[in-house]
Amino acid sequence: MRYSIFSLARNALSGHKHWQPAWRQPDPKPEYDIVIVGGGGHGLATAYYLAKEHGLKNIAVLEKSWLGSGNIGRNTTIIRSNYMLPGNNPFYEWSMKLWEGLEQDFNFNAMVSQRGVLNLFHSDPQRDGFARRGNAMRIDGVDAELIDREDVRAMYPFFDFDNARFPIKGGLLQRRGGTVRHDAVAWGYARGADTRGVDIIQNCAVTGIRIENGKVVGVDTTRGAIKCKKLGLAAAGNSSEVAGMAGMKLPIESHVLQAFVSEGLKPYIDGVVTFGAGHFYVSQSDKGGLVFGGDLDGYNSYARRGNLPAMEHVIEGGVAMIPALSRVKVLRSWGGIMDMSMDGSPIIDKTNIEGLYLNCGWCYGGFKATPASGWCFAWTIAKDEAHKLNSAYRLDRFRRGMMIDEKGQGAQPNLH
Amino acid sequence: MRIKCPYCGERPVEEFTYLGDASKKRPSSLDDASMDEWFDYVYIRDNVKGRMHEYWHHGGGCRSWLVVDRDTQSHEIFGVTTAREYARKGKI
Repeated sequence: MRYSIFSLARNALSGHKHWQPAWRQPDPKPEYDIVIVGGGGHGLATAYYLAKEHGLKNIAVLEKSWLGSGNIGRNTTIIRSNYMLPGNNPFYEWSMKLWEGLEQDFNFNAMVSQRGVLNLFHSDPQRDGFARRGNAMRIDGVDAELIDREDVRAMYPFFDFDNARFPIKGGLLQRRGGTVRHDAVAWGYARGADTRGVDIIQNCAVTGIRIENGKVVGVDTTRGAIKCKKLGLAAAGNSSEVAGMAGMKLPIESHVLQAFVSEGLKPYIDGVVTFGAGHFYVSQSDKGGLVFGGDLDGYNSYARRGNLPAMEHVIEGGVAMIPALSRVKVLRSWGGIMDMSMDGSPIIDKTNIEGLYLNCGWCYGGFKATPASGWCFAWTIAKDEAHKLNSAYRLDRFRRGMMIDEKGQGAQPNLH
Repeated sequence: MRIKCPYCGERPVEEFTYLGDASKKRPSSLDDASMDEWFDYVYIRDNVKGRMHEYWHHGGGCRSWLVVDRDTQSHEIFGVTTAREYARKGKI
């Protein structure tokens, strides 16, 4: 059923008794042309674009838990395309363009809200750095505005502008950035893929990858063996484990990142703001809770929960930027497992094994990339070659010395 | 998480800095032929799910490099030794 004002009116008149499930619950078939491992944002988007853009049928998405139970349901919902390096920014800008048309495209309300992303700076050298990044963005056709402290004050008068150590001098603003309802992204892509014939199989963990003569022939799962011609891995924090089933070792470490939601407040922060002197980013959800986060805990983890020092560090950053936050109660905190790559940038590529494709290394920037990641991964799988937009995200770039290191931290994943 | 430093006793995790997998061996050769070993050492990770030996630096205390046996799924710590001892014995 297509969602529209008419379907809403029709169902309202019949007491909302006739809404259909948004996707089926199929049993796995013995064979598919393409199997995607991972029913999160990137996996579902990949299946959606494989069906929609490339007209392919006979596709399955295998999810070990319930649909969208990983990082697509755990992030801080921010979208932006304010990167600097050439291999990155055209990709993220394509993602932003897809976000802008996404709800019409997959006929689902994902609450895409371009409320603006503001990165604060606190010193003259940092202003220079942000001006350079803004110029790099504009070269790629992305909107970027360098605004001074009075402009920031007009937007957010309650910030600590005269903080003794970190006075706010201004910010780099991308007005097209914003937030999206994260779960709805998974649901919208799942529904869009399902209506185009993709089987989404939940509670089906992959336990092995079958390879014969250097070619993928299928997977073993907790719901039996499934044959396939092409296999795409989009397993986020568990990428090393899944790729290990194919005998591969990845340039990835899994780390825990925590996020937080405060008690509900009246409208307070109407955009997304990041603190420039520490790592803290905040926005306010439509329910009123402040959604915020900061740095990784900093040690390898698969635990989906972190420790108190990282929480304290995040909140210290927040209070340095917005003193009034010290009066706000934190309602919930949680953790997600990030596949941290060695240069802080992702991998969307084919592998040395025929029919095996890899999508991983999203660090903690995967949510904003969901549409372009799915779009490029679908292209790479369908055409057996990288699209121009993901041509820099090769698996062998570390060996070739072609890293895309926005932060310049080197092969130390807990610092990216 | 609390780490029991051999010199300072049990201390909170914020006193320590993490480096990573202690089982990796730094290649000794600078030969071109050893580039694969260097690539593996610098960029490739086992990314252990379970118990792992890892380097931690006690920067907020005795400033020793330590090796900690920790479970990456539960964060439980099973043992700690100095990096020097670990290099000598090859175990914790």
